[in-house]
This record gives sequence, C-alpha cells and structure tokens, in this order.
Amino acid sequence: MSSDFLNINNISKSFGSVEALKEITFSVEKGELFGLIGPDGSGKTTLIRILITMLFPSTGNAQINGLDIVKDFKKLRNLIGYMPGKFSLYEDLTVEENLKFFATIFNTKIKDNYYLIKDIYQQIEPFRNRKAGNLSGGMKQKLALSCALIHKPDILFLDEPTTGIDAVSRVELWEMLKRLKQQNLTIVVSTPYMDEAQLCDKVAFMQKGEVLEINTPQRIVEDFDLPIYSVSGKDYYKLLLALRKMDITNTAFPFGESIHLTIKEEMNPEDLNGKIRKFTDQNTVTKRIKANIEDCFMAKMLKKDE
Amino acid sequence: MKAFWAFVKKEYYHIIRDPKSLLILIGMPIAQIILFGFAITNEIVDAKISIVDNSKDKITQKISNKILSTKYFLLSEYLQDSKQIEGSFRKGKIKLALIFEQDFAKKLRNKENPSIQIISDATDPNTAATLTNYISKILIDYQNEIQLTTKTSKGIEIISRMEYNPQLKGVYLFVPGTIVIILMLISAMMTSISIAREKEKGNMEVLLVSPLKPYMIIVGKVIPYIFLSLVNALSILILGVFVFDLPIRGDYFLLLFEITLFIVTSLSLGIFISTKVKSQQEALLISLMGLMLPTIILSGFVFPLESMPKILQYISHIIPAKWFLIIIRDIMIKGVDITYILNETLILIGMMIALMVLSIKNFKIRLE
Repeated sequence: MSSDFLNINNISKSFGSVEALKEITFSVEKGELFGLIGPDGSGKTTLIRILITMLFPSTGNAQINGLDIVKDFKKLRNLIGYMPGKFSLYEDLTVEENLKFFATIFNTKIKDNYYLIKDIYQQIEPFRNRKAGNLSGGMKQKLALSCALIHKPDILFLDEPTTGIDAVSRVELWEMLKRLKQQNLTIVVSTPYMDEAQLCDKVAFMQKGEVLEINTPQRIVEDFDLPIYSVSGKDYYKLLLALRKMDITNTAFPFGESIHLTIKEEMNPEDLNGKIRKFTDQNTVTKRIKANIEDCFMAKMLKKDE
Repeated sequence: MKAFWAFVKKEYYHIIRDPKSLLILIGMPIAQIILFGFAITNEIVDAKISIVDNSKDKITQKISNKILSTKYFLLSEYLQDSKQIEGSFRKGKIKLALIFEQDFAKKLRNKENPSIQIISDATDPNTAATLTNYISKILIDYQNEIQLTTKTSKGIEIISRMEYNPQLKGVYLFVPGTIVIILMLISAMMTSISIAREKEKGNMEVLLVSPLKPYMIIVGKVIPYIFLSLVNALSILILGVFVFDLPIRGDYFLLLFEITLFIVTSLSLGIFISTKVKSQQEALLISLMGLMLPTIILSGFVFPLESMPKILQYISHIIPAKWFLIIIRDIMIKGVDITYILNETLILIGMMIALMVLSIKNFKIRLE
C-alpha cells in the first residue's frame, strides 16, 4: 500500500474515562478527497486534531507521507494545512493582512502560491481592505481556506467547513475542494451533513468514536440490500407515524417531500401502495427507488444501535 | 525571522485597532498620577478644633493664637468646660480639642511645669496622629522661644531632619508606587490576556500548526507591550518631574535599565499565567487578584512592610514589585548608583530568568 499518503493504525483516544476514539484504522491515498462523516460528538474533530499533531493519540499511530505524527511532528507541521471548525483568523485584521500574515509565518509569499488560491481569493479580493470580523460566514470560510492553503500544504485538513454557512456557500466550497484535488492535494474533510458524503472520493462514516464503514460513496449505495421505496401522501406526519406501525415496515424516515420506507421483503410498488392506502386511509403514491447515501448511513446507525 | 516580525506587526495591529483599550492603557497612568497627586494627600488643612482655656491668661492666649494662625487649624469654639468636648466630638464638629490647665502662666513663672492636654478624634488614626504632631511641633517651637528669652537651660534638644524628603511630600511615595502598579498591570495582565485570547478564539491551534516556533510566539507577543510599558513609565516620570516637582537624583540610564528589567519580569509573569489558563476571563481574574492586590499591599507602596507580621514580610520577598520599589525609590530620591541596589537588581534578574524558563517549559505546543 505504498500509494497511501495517510495511514492510521488503531488510534484510540480517551479523555479521562470518556473514550472519544476507538481503534480507528484507515488510509487515504494521495490526491484523494476523503470525507469523515458523522453526527456531532462522533469523534471527527478529535481525530483531525490528532492527525494535525495537536493531540497525542492514547494508543496507536499514524503516518503522513511516511512521517510519524508523534515523533516527526515538527517536520509534519510544515506539510499540513489546517482549517479549524471555529473561525480562527484575526477579526481585527483586514482580509489582506490575514492572508499576508499566514503566508509570512509559513515562510512564503502570497504571490508564490497565488495560483493555488486564485479561484477562492478572487471572490473575496474586492473586500481585501475589510476587517475579517465584518465578513459574512461564507466569505470568512473562503478567507480561512485561502489562509490554510497559502503555504501549499501537501495535505489539507478541514474541520466542518460547511457548518453554519448558507447553502450556496456550501456548494461553492465543495467545488473549490474538487478543484484543489486536481492540484494533487490530499484533502481530509469532516462534516455532519450526510448528503455531502457523495461529493467525496471516499468516506469514513463515524459514530460514537468508531468508524462504521469506509468506502466510496458509490459502493456504499450499491451495497445497500434492503428494498427501499419513497412514499408520499397528503398528511405527511400522520403518514410517517402510520408507516412506522405497519408490520412489514423495517424503517421509515422523512426525506424532503417524501418518506423513505424500507420493508422486510421486496414487493411490487403497486401492491405495496395498495397496502399502505388501506392501512393509512390516505391517497398515497409509492415508488421503488435506489437508496441514496443517507439511507445507507441511517441503516448503518440503526444496525449499530441494536 | 521575517515570520517573527510579521507576528510583531500583527500584535501591533491588535493594540492599535482597539482604540478603547489603548486609551485606557495610555490614559490610566496619567489619570492615576493626577488623582494620587491632587486628591490623595497626607497634609491636613483647616481642621476644626475646640479650646478649653481654664487659665485665660496672656500665655494661653498667645499659644492659642499661634496655633490658630497656622493654616492647619480653625477654631470651632471656645468651650467653658472640658465635659463639653465629648459632645463636640460626637457631633463631628471638631477633630481635636486643647485643654489648658488652671493658672498656666503662673505655674510657668514659678518654674513649675504647666500642662496642655491634647485630645484628638482617633476614629481616623492617621488624621489624629498628624494633627497631634502639628500641635506638638508648634508647642515645642513656642517653648524654645521662651527658653531663649528667659535663658534657662534647654535640657535635651531633639533635632530631627527628614532626609531626602524634608517636606514629607506625598509625590515621593506615589510616583514610584504608581509606576510599579501600572507596569505590573500593563505588562502582566495585558500579555496574559492577549495570549489567552489566542487560545480562546482558536487562533493558537493554527499558530501551533505553523512552523512558527513557540519562543517566537512568546517574544513576538511581548515586544509591543515592552514599548507600551516604557511609554507609560516615561509619561509618569515626566508628569512627576514637571507637575509635582519630583527629583530624579540618580542616573537616567540606570533608571531606564531597571524599569526595563521590571517590565520584562512582569511580562514573563504574564506569560507564565497565560500558560496556566484557558480563557481571557481566567487570565484577567488571576492577574487582578493574584497580582494587583499583593503588588499594592505587599510591595511597601501603601503600607510599610516593617510593621507587618513576619509571615507577610516573608511573602513580600517573592513579590517582584517590592524589590523594584526599593530600586526605583533609591535611584530617584536618594540618587544612589548601581552598587547600592545590586542585590535587589540581581534578585529581579533571577526572578525574570526563573519565570521565563517556567513559561517556556509550560508553553504547550499541543492542545493538551
């Protein structure tokens, strides 16, 4: 596995009696866009902080480009780009001053690596004399990303970059990450939003400090083996409660306009719809669908909880 | 090295772009020195007194006039009976009462010793002691006068002289004291808060991941504050000299050197605090409670250390401000050279080195 850029072996981390991470093992290839997906408190931030050499693992080890995260932390800190979940630039410095500051402390100049951040920085350049504290949430993220990239790191860690910013900025941010990937940059990004999983090359789904599944989003979806249907009706909430009471129901989750229903055995959608209409007294529409990534994660989480 | 200067520049921006804090930092020392200078003074003027003159002769009259003609005392009233004094004290009408015994002049002529009783309101002990002192002084003067004219033996004459500060001016006390407090406050408190802010806001994480070395972060933090503290020290000194006629009898460069030494010691203390705290609030509380109060109380600025219990005297040894106060008073007011304050200087240097080593050892290059 010589192509692996980041190797994590059996990393565990406890804070006192709390086990934040339990025997995490996976690897990330060079140039991969790797997603850490999981709800709040699942250990994503702790794992990233261990990888950027900010925390010691309790047991286990990890290497980035062959450098150990504990022993070679000084060398590693030059290779790592890091964007914390909390906005951590200087709010009383202007956009340009922030960028210049981070370029200088990483012993580089803005113009040396400008090509890397050009796409991103151009969007905030009109505001370069504005104080960072006065930027909107999305622009703050763009500035933070520019600052994390300015020293041309080999690997970029982003901790929940899309939390708390608007939908448009979220889409933009993912597009930026995709473009950065083309520069052969390895990117590890954490997010609590499951729908963002399909934008990654590979994802690790985390819950309660454990990795439940690691795979490409496509494989995760293909591996889903339960019959799944989308059901929509007039009284959404009543329908959901009713579906959950049906004896053939495995799971029923709200999903946008419709409800995603998995049942124990494959059925013809028309037959199923008839059954549902009878059971719920509602004029429902039922379609057989392909599972999306969220369905897969929901199923995984439930399985784990049982 | 470029990275280091970028860091210093950033710190400079932080200070400059927060005009409110800057105004406080620069304005506070000036306001304090003016307050101390004009509002707080040990001199008492126009204290109201009552006189019970049981003799009513020429001499008692003369003594009374002498006392009342000074700027220190004003007559409230002549009382007929010493029993009325209690009432006047209770009403707060007077601060002090004088009782001349009967046949004062006659006794004096007969070479007996007539007595004057001085009763003062010691609810405020400092005022009482000061007023009693004034009166005693006036009486001694008068005694000397009559002894000269009558050519009797003087007995033992006490000549006291207040060396270095003959007029017992308050400025001699509070200008060095204010410098100590201001420097401690700005250096230790501001650095500990500003480092704690980086931690609290999550900036420290990013700085630590950068190749910036920990000592660069620390030194970069303190350089702007060294300048700010020096500006403050100088403005206090200039005010002291030009507004309050404070002398600087010692060597200017020695004084500047010692001030810088104390600033760096306080800064190291601030950094040390910041390595132990997680938030700005914690840093503020510890610097205020843990530094300000001991500095004011145990440095010898407000209360003389010699009259404190032994245990407090020992504690005062670990307070840098105590040593610096000795140094700065000796240089400014006594005008001594380095050989006289070598011990104190070495102690400060020792404290500075110990604090720096502790800070760098405790400075966390990780989040735990």
